[in-house]
Amino acid sequence: MTETDINTTIEEVATIELEVFRYRPEKASAPSFDTFTVPLHDEWVLLDALNHIKDEIDGSLSYRWSCRMGVCGSCGMMANGEAVLTCAAFLKDYAPGPIRIEPLANFPVARDLIVGMDDFMEKLNRVKPWVINENGKSVEEGEYLQTPEELDDYVQYTMCINCMLCYSACPIYGMEPSFIGPAALALAQRYNLDLRDHGNEERMDILSSDEGIWQCTFVGECSEVCPKHVDPAGAIQRYKVEATNNWWKSKLMPWSN
Amino acid sequence: MDKRSNEPFWWALFGAGGVVAALTVPVLLLLTGIAFPLGWLPAPTHDSLYALFSHLLVRLAILVIVSLSAFHWAHRFRFTLYDGLQIKHLNAPVAFICYGSAIAFTVFAAVSLYTF
Ligand code: SF4
Ligand code: FES
Repeated sequence: MTETDINTTIEEVATIELEVFRYRPEKASAPSFDTFTVPLHDEWVLLDALNHIKDEIDGSLSYRWSCRMGVCGSCGMMANGEAVLTCAAFLKDYAPGPIRIEPLANFPVARDLIVGMDDFMEKLNRVKPWVINENGKSVEEGEYLQTPEELDDYVQYTMCINCMLCYSACPIYGMEPSFIGPAALALAQRYNLDLRDHGNEERMDILSSDEGIWQCTFVGECSEVCPKHVDPAGAIQRYKVEATNNWWKSKLMPWSN
Repeated sequence: MDKRSNEPFWWALFGAGGVVAALTVPVLLLLTGIAFPLGWLPAPTHDSLYALFSHLLVRLAILVIVSLSAFHWAHRFRFTLYDGLQIKHLNAPVAFICYGSAIAFTVFAAVSLYTF
């Protein structure tokens, strides 16, 4: 290759700028932004760009990822202020850039693009997202049969990958950290609506407390950002109807409980 | 902490108000705001309206519509104040003012309709 050839090749590779949030508590107490220029390949997603930075430019950049295919839920970040899975957001959709990459909003930042998940984990646990069934069948008794319609009732809520994008998008969670939040409430519904589960009554105390569904004012952003179309907002509204029926029943017909 | 909330009471009124308002207000607006003034439909005379409102059931229906709509507003406005102004610590007074207004309005509407 001649020198001119090389120059044209270099010029032909389009690039895009990433402004990446940095926070390294041992180096600086305040966060800052670092700007990196990366190749703009059509098939690259934001995560590819971050991997490029880490491999080629600055190995100290910290972030979470694993599956690279929208399944593990660990690569959620804010791109230009919007919560996305970075493995599912194409660089070219942000051209000409720059793209501002920040850690998921509404969570404490541990380091660079990594947020603390403790609050979410604790809330998830509180809604008991597992099948509660004291008189479960033994293996000998065979499987539980469900019709496709019965499955349809909750299958959408099983799609959640715990990516927490919905918490970042939810203005209520931003203001009221005690709010149980979209994904945990949708997952509670996933079990409530499953006929094998009998935990509805057990979950009701936490779900219909003030920290539960009643904090939600149906902003709907959670359902907008959810990469798995779980529709947490819908799950919460549906539960409001059930909790309201329950409340009136317990007031008007106290003997029924 | 995990005490079940009494929110369902207000939410039920809010929901009912939303449904009632969504069903009736557009129709009423279309009739009284557009169709009658533009002469698309013959406007009812004062006498016929008076006769209509003389029925207790009609007045009761009006009361239900305006009162539930007021509760719908109260609930919405309460959360608009909380979240918009970030004054959740003023929970009790805000709720009192919002729902109180709706209750006062309902009483006012009931008295007006009854004595009309
Ligand atoms: S509900 Fe959707 S956005 Fe929220 S954690 Fe689950 S998959 Fe992610
Ligand atoms: S890396 Fe697993 S969801 Fe993005």
